[in-house]
Amino acid sequence: MSAARRCCPPRAFAGLFVWHLRNTGVPQVPCQFVHLDHVANNRLITFKYFNFLKRMYVTQCNKDLSQQAKPKSDSIVSPFHDLQQLDQEKKVVHKISPVSPVHHLGTETSSRNELRELKSAAETEDSVIRVGAESKEDRQWKEMKLRLDDLPGILARLSKIKLTALVVSTTSAGFAMAPVPFELTCFLLASLGTGLASCAANSINQFFEVPFDSNMNRTKNRPLVRGQISPLLAVCFAASCGIPGIALLTLGVNPLTGALGAFNIFLYTCCYTPLKRMSIANTWVGAVVGAIPPMMGWTAATGSLDAGALLLGGILYSWQFPHFNALSWGLREDYSRGGYCMMSVTHPGLCRRVALRHCLALIGLSTVAPVLDITTWTFPIISLPINLYISYLGFRFYRDADRSSSRKLFFCTLWHLPMLLLVMFTCKKSVLEKEDKGDLPGGGHETAMEIRLP
Amino acid sequence: PPAHSRSDWIGPPDRHSHLRPVIFYVPPEESALERRLREARQEAQASNQRFWARHNRAFRQEKEEFIYSRLKAKGLEMRDESGQKATLNAEEMADFYKDFLSKNFKKHLQYNRDWYKRNFRITFLMGQVALVRALRWLRWRKKNIEQ
Repeated sequence: MSAARRCCPPRAFAGLFVWHLRNTGVPQVPCQFVHLDHVANNRLITFKYFNFLKRMYVTQCNKDLSQQAKPKSDSIVSPFHDLQQLDQEKKVVHKISPVSPVHHLGTETSSRNELRELKSAAETEDSVIRVGAESKEDRQWKEMKLRLDDLPGILARLSKIKLTALVVSTTSAGFAMAPVPFELTCFLLASLGTGLASCAANSINQFFEVPFDSNMNRTKNRPLVRGQISPLLAVCFAASCGIPGIALLTLGVNPLTGALGAFNIFLYTCCYTPLKRMSIANTWVGAVVGAIPPMMGWTAATGSLDAGALLLGGILYSWQFPHFNALSWGLREDYSRGGYCMMSVTHPGLCRRVALRHCLALIGLSTVAPVLDITTWTFPIISLPINLYISYLGFRFYRDADRSSSRKLFFCTLWHLPMLLLVMFTCKKSVLEKEDKGDLPGGGHETAMEIRLP
Repeated sequence: PPAHSRSDWIGPPDRHSHLRPVIFYVPPEESALERRLREARQEAQASNQRFWARHNRAFRQEKEEFIYSRLKAKGLEMRDESGQKATLNAEEMADFYKDFLSKNFKKHLQYNRDWYKRNFRITFLMGQVALVRALRWLRWRKKNIEQ
């Protein structure tokens, strides 16, 4: 996995990175990267990890709260993984006598039981297949009855819990970057509310996309596709997450954050999801969806949409494009067959241009940060190497337009964002410095009140 | 699915449509509302199956034709010396994907509209059925407590 090796930071730095992140309580993505170094030799596992990450990032896009608007959450499966899965599935088919969807019940229960036993016997014997466990189960007929002990796992997959976690982490990055003293309760409420809203949006997205998900390799194991949960329950779950989530944000944090959360849910479920099948504009909408969570974090802390919030949103907005466009480059077949209108299929030149454009925009935005008094001037300087590197990969992708350059760019975006946010946080201009200078920005409500009171 | 089962059963994905077929349980005392729900689900399932099976088959067929025509233009055969099926790389296939997507665009728009309508209707009916069942259960419980 030379690509992975080149893209991943060196071990020592990764270790430091992980330590840093643990200290600042930021997302666990770096840990996964360290893992990647270890398992680099095992292709399937590497791909699995990347799929996991990709899945997280992708779904995040789809989620209203997702900070990384990656338009397609579904199609991030790496092509190799697909091929291997296909091979394994083919083997399964040979060994197991397929049970055709029977049109009548009852009469042949005994033979069917025998068939099922044969199948299960064949299945247990089949040890070559890696994803065997999953595909074996897939070949059986399952009762559509909800089991309570399965429910947490099912709901976790329905709400794309890993993606939700990443979204919440970008929100907390937004909160952390706000130039106000840190309030724990506010932080926790904002994170919880954002997480709930994110779960709701993801569930609705899956509810809308059942037949499309079942046709795409990455998403065919979702709970609604597999019939593990009924659509009614999915909607009820979404409502029971979304309404308390938004209420928590509006009442427990501030109305602006609640409004942003509700808007994001709407944008994700009612704009992005249907738009995916209608026009390539979905990518831009998805990028906004991804940009809103850090802005929510900022407004949760300060109560207003300052330039800083817009900058953070802008950084995440720009980041979405190289991330998603590079990812979608390898999924063109699935998109084409599934009927998704994506730039990589319909306007490949535009796809690469936009990715490159936004890589360069990241450099510009990083430079603007100190101008807005959010970070010190060390931030653009320290972040320049990684921004230049991602721009270089973006340029290579633009010029070469092949699988390897797209994958390199994609993997780069995976570590680029956490590192950028981390560097931003470490270069954050401390509140005390600003107080000394005599220009305290928007700030907490209490300080504002103090100033107003005679 | 066994005869004595009182719930729906879902099967493995269909070869052509990749959708999972569902066998619906028909309870003996099915109400009119429940029957409407079941029929709506069956109808949606049949319609989805038809659409995707046909669509995927068309995709596969057109893909083969495209590969064949491109290989012929390049002067190659479908299978090379070792008997392996010759394929085009992703960049060459990109033209086909773009073409296929734009050709089926209208079809997808129509299908989307249908699917969303069906999905909402089925979910709404499910809600109604669940509500009726809950009320019935509550009434039964009240009767039991009173007795």
